[in-house]
Amino acid sequence: MSDNLVLEAKSVSKFFGTITALQNVDLHLNKGEVLGVVGDNGAGKSTLMKVLSGLYKPSEGSLFFDKEKVTLNSPRDSQNLGLEMVYQDLALAGNLPIGDNIFLGREPTRKVGPFNFLDHKKRKQLTEEHLAKLKINVKSADQKVEELSGGQRQAVAIARATAFNAKIVLMDEPTAALAVKEVGKVLDLILNLKKLGVSVIVISHRMDDIFTVCDRVMALFQGTNFAESELKNTSRDEVIGWIMGKKD
Amino acid sequence: MDKNQESLFVRLIPFFERYGILLLILIMIAVLHLLQPDVFLSWRNVTNIFKQVSWQSMLALGVFMVIVTAGIDLSVGSIIMLSLMGLAIASKAGMPWYVVMLVAPAIGFLCGMFNGIGITLLRMPHPFIMTLGTLYIFRGIGNLISGGVPITGFAEQIRVIGNGKIKLDVIFGEGAREYIPTSLILMIVIFFIFWIFLNHTRIGKWIYAIGGNPGAARAAGINVDRILIVVYTLCGFLAGIGGLILAGRTNSAYPNAGLQSELDAIAAVIIGGASFFGGRGTVLGVFAGVMIMGILRNGLNLMNVSVFWQQVLIGSIIILAVYIDVLRRQLATRT
Repeated sequence: MSDNLVLEAKSVSKFFGTITALQNVDLHLNKGEVLGVVGDNGAGKSTLMKVLSGLYKPSEGSLFFDKEKVTLNSPRDSQNLGLEMVYQDLALAGNLPIGDNIFLGREPTRKVGPFNFLDHKKRKQLTEEHLAKLKINVKSADQKVEELSGGQRQAVAIARATAFNAKIVLMDEPTAALAVKEVGKVLDLILNLKKLGVSVIVISHRMDDIFTVCDRVMALFQGTNFAESELKNTSRDEVIGWIMGKKD
Repeated sequence: MDKNQESLFVRLIPFFERYGILLLILIMIAVLHLLQPDVFLSWRNVTNIFKQVSWQSMLALGVFMVIVTAGIDLSVGSIIMLSLMGLAIASKAGMPWYVVMLVAPAIGFLCGMFNGIGITLLRMPHPFIMTLGTLYIFRGIGNLISGGVPITGFAEQIRVIGNGKIKLDVIFGEGAREYIPTSLILMIVIFFIFWIFLNHTRIGKWIYAIGGNPGAARAAGINVDRILIVVYTLCGFLAGIGGLILAGRTNSAYPNAGLQSELDAIAAVIIGGASFFGGRGTVLGVFAGVMIMGILRNGLNLMNVSVFWQQVLIGSIIILAVYIDVLRRQLATRT
């Protein structure tokens, strides 16, 4: 395996009572690589992401960050290791401006005597720098999130995930709720992250997404590894076949 | 409508959103001044309004924070009565004035914390239910400890908070009657502190975030339950301060103190532009809402309008204020 390995899962299984959600699943991810994860509903994609982000503890198997074995007790642990998750429901507060959302829970502050006050200037400056780095266009960093389009919200969610130098970003259906003309912008953003050296795992049902941004694609079927390939060695029809559990 | 005209109209919306309520106050003042030119803007009447709203504004400020988190606190009227009774009993027991002074805010603090813990740890389905329960419990306890009878007569140091006067001899000359009520100063200081708290601290930001989307707050690693306990505790604490002001103003603790004042507090918050669904509203708006209620009541009293008509009018204003908000939202989303 290559030296660039940033994340690896070895024979991960997850049981919920008598239900087997994942069975001996392997996954690896290299630096600056975009990995697509496909599979039918209930194939175990979301469960796998929740195991990787520390939301679920695997029943069996182990996780490696930068080749070191780790035990994740909460999403906080994976965040500290540089992994961020972009939630499907976006997890943004619509009543707050873009900058407040990006830094929510991690607001820059300045000390005045014994008190810590919000540093509005610094937050605005950091927000503008970060949005510029990711080439995200909005009218102003002070715009409320509820005034943004679906694509812009997705961009803010991704900006939030990467604001603290994340090395790995997990995205669950990042284009599912978007208008057609906005999908391209989000895909560009993913390619931008790749250029910045961030590794990305994308769950998607849309073959256009997978074949635009991914370097490699892996398919889960009924909670197990079903197939995997470099993108250049496969085709849309083949990947669609994997989702339905068909292999030549 | 012409496109240019419409865009001008739309551009005016944020201006009205921010300052419309202050405009409304100015209009009310102008109208009442025209109707009662000798009385309404007299020093005596204006200070009277401020003295009246000072204790009510404490309740409104606390309830406002709770409403920002998309919650509600129905118990503040009972907290004010319980803290007032506690203060009176401490005073009758002969405790020194500085202990008596601390009793009311301390009782308010504990009552609020009880609400907060009930809502979060007991997993009550809605704050409405918990605080409806404590609305009865706190007033019941207040009547139990006092025997249901008024207790009067407090130390001068207690009275000065709700009834004190800062003489303005320096400005108006020796023996002048003009003064500033101490309760007005206290109200301004407390509103300023809470403005800083809500707009310039992380916890303040999180309170708004919880009102906007509690799921997002949780995903950001914010301990939502802990923040909610802080909010309800502060709300109770402010009601306790309100009890302290009321003690000074009336020089007595009485069983009906603060009865239904929780509804006045909610009304002031809503008139002040806060959203009942959480995440929206400003401290300045609460101040304006409190002033509108106070000015309206005062003006109607001056003109000898019956209390019953006052009820009808205040109710109508609540509905009108929220309806204007609904219209404004429709206009804002249409563009």
